[in-house]
Amino acid sequence: MRRLWLAGLLLGFAATLAAQTPTQDRIEADALDPSQQQRYQKLVNELRCLVCQNQSIADSDAPLAADLRTQVHRQLAAGRSDAEISEYVTERYGDFVLYRPPFKRSTWLLWLGPFALLAVALLLAWIFVRRRRPRAVVANAPVDAARLQRLLDEERRQP
Amino acid sequence: MRLGFVLPILLLVGLALLLAFGLGNDPREVPSPLIGKPSPAFDLARLDTDARLTENDLKGRALLVNFWASWCAGCQVEHPLLMRLASEGVEIVGFDYKDEDAAGRQWLQRHGNPYRIIATDPQGQAGLDWGVYGVPETFVLDAGGAIVYKHIGPLTETAWRERVQPALKGAH
Repeated sequence: MRRLWLAGLLLGFAATLAAQTPTQDRIEADALDPSQQQRYQKLVNELRCLVCQNQSIADSDAPLAADLRTQVHRQLAAGRSDAEISEYVTERYGDFVLYRPPFKRSTWLLWLGPFALLAVALLLAWIFVRRRRPRAVVANAPVDAARLQRLLDEERRQP
Repeated sequence: MRLGFVLPILLLVGLALLLAFGLGNDPREVPSPLIGKPSPAFDLARLDTDARLTENDLKGRALLVNFWASWCAGCQVEHPLLMRLASEGVEIVGFDYKDEDAAGRQWLQRHGNPYRIIATDPQGQAGLDWGVYGVPETFVLDAGGAIVYKHIGPLTETAWRERVQPALKGAH
């Protein structure tokens, strides 16, 4: 009984996996050559699906994502460049659809923010380390070798 | 070590403010790059007559363009408001998005028709050109045919009063 359960569970899991793989679009017959195919994969992985915003249009099953994939495919087949295709999409949906947005006035904080935070963190770490150092240093007292030897000898005699 | 005491608190407050700001933002409100630009060109069949509709037919007066569909649940939510606006004299142009003509007509028959003009966009091509990513979406067009405002999702009473109506008034 238990084994049957497990088999059913596995089967169900496999079915959901199959269902989640975006269905290959019913794209027209004009197939892409290998280099175009490569560009197609790159483009659809760098375009955000606006319906489910944390997926690329390559990952998403939303009808809009399928439409955009078809557009990318059609325009590649028509000989458009990657830049032209990105422009086609951003003209309609804005820079938000690009997972790799261009560097400009509205996006500089997005690009430089992490580096600025890193710089601040490093600066703070440096300040803390510098402040701590003087305390850690113990004055080097001159060692009285004869007295040290006497103490060690004493200890050995009375364990 | 004054700094060591104050700094973590400052950082925490800063983070809390940042997160509060993030919570208040609706990620679905994607600003449209089409604001301030002329409406995209289109040439679509109409649902209500045999004529066709192009972007030139939308010029000459301020109006609302509403993307809807018979299969769209949010469209039923905003529908009573659209009916009221239509009765108050607001011109609403409907784009029946990715729908079947028969289903669209049937839906209007059952719920009422707030649209003065209805275009059909069965493939969603016009929707793509207008940057629509989910119906319903409502655009405010000025007399020159330029898009001055876009509302995403069902139109609500508050959104109408506070944002859409002022945009429409300014567009005359």
